[in-house]
Amino acid sequence: MKTLLRPLCAAAALTAMLAAPMAAQAHRQWMLPSMTVLSGTDPWVTVDAAVSNDLFVFEHVPMRLDGLVITGPDRAAVAPQNAATGKYRSTFDIPLTTPGTYRIASVGDGLMASYKLNGEQKRWRGAASELATAIPAEATDVRITHSQRRIETFATLGEPTTEALTPTGQGLELAPVTHPNDLFAGETAQFRLLLDGQPASGVEVTVIRGGGRYRDEPGEMKLTTAANGLLEISWDEPGMYWMEAEVRGGKSPIEGAERMAVYVGTLEVLPE
Amino acid sequence: MRRLASAAVLTGLMAGPAAAAELNLSVEIPRMSVAEYHNPYVAIWVEKPDQTAVKTLAVWYDIKLRNQEGETWLKDMRQWWRRAGRAMDLPADGVSGATKAPGRHQVRFVGGKAPLGTLPAGQYNLVVEAAREVGGREMVRIPFQWPPKAPAAGQAKGETELGAVSLSLKP
Repeated sequence: MKTLLRPLCAAAALTAMLAAPMAAQAHRQWMLPSMTVLSGTDPWVTVDAAVSNDLFVFEHVPMRLDGLVITGPDRAAVAPQNAATGKYRSTFDIPLTTPGTYRIASVGDGLMASYKLNGEQKRWRGAASELATAIPAEATDVRITHSQRRIETFATLGEPTTEALTPTGQGLELAPVTHPNDLFAGETAQFRLLLDGQPASGVEVTVIRGGGRYRDEPGEMKLTTAANGLLEISWDEPGMYWMEAEVRGGKSPIEGAERMAVYVGTLEVLPE
Repeated sequence: MRRLASAAVLTGLMAGPAAAAELNLSVEIPRMSVAEYHNPYVAIWVEKPDQTAVKTLAVWYDIKLRNQEGETWLKDMRQWWRRAGRAMDLPADGVSGATKAPGRHQVRFVGGKAPLGTLPAGQYNLVVEAAREVGGREMVRIPFQWPPKAPAAGQAKGETELGAVSLSLKP
């Protein structure tokens, strides 16, 4: 499969448009869990979801919650509680009723089109089912992008488990080698990046530690997945980390569309 | 008198060649002058030199709270939680115990008996980790050889959440 890597900012701009109609330029999408490693009998995790430049600061627009997919340790869907959307962020709670690992994701699948009509540049965004009627027959320079995005994080009550992390085989995903809720500063974690369930090699991955507003350097790591899709991340410091990868190209089920797959993950690294 | 004497003889016999080795530990919880003080949660466990946990010997936490609410903060002893706690069923008999007030606390573990049980011969660390509500967290390690061929001792000193921790081994 031929994959093309494009500048991340362009991808971020497009996905930000998808996630939040008001976003005008490149912004980062993220979810921020209150805790990722939990003990006890009835703990809850509360999650903030937003689109912003600074990680993890609510300063731009909230993330829409219509694509939430929460998977419990038994792979059953978990319904979010107390979901709300404010000016800068959305929030929801998850009761961890079963021990194990929860996968908390916002999954999006949609189309973006640009075309010219009577010399005017037009844009359209919508679902595949609307495509046939969305673009006038006389439009020229039609360019369709099929966007698949996954923004996710993880939380574990008790021992980490992997059932919820079973790949869906759709778009870009992160498969664990190191468990995403077993990350510690001073150690190196390994993950496998998958595209449609297959190892995605040579993909650039950006990793940024949160709290950038308290330091001068952006603290950004640029990594590339190995031939088998393997991604190695060395954690120098504890903290909440944001990671993003994007793959452009490859076959889309939508005729004439270019596929763009985006993965965003929030991972917590604990001190030793 | 005779009874006592024979009892002493008996226990003397039991402490003979067939007797189990012993691990005696003294853990000091420092006294602090802070506005809000809660006894720390403490975990005591045995690990291999590669930090693989072998046995959890004691966990001191709020075992009496309603709905096992005290377990919510077990993960704050984050090394123990990672290495052993998260895979355990708590409360565990002979392991779970109430939190301890500031002072020195003696605990004794006997080879062959729970919770120490049978430990294969080798090099180990005794680890003590303390985490305090609205306070800090600290962990100390004392290396030791098991079984001890002769009486042996080891020392560690915490700087914040733990005071002197000393280990003595009896063959």
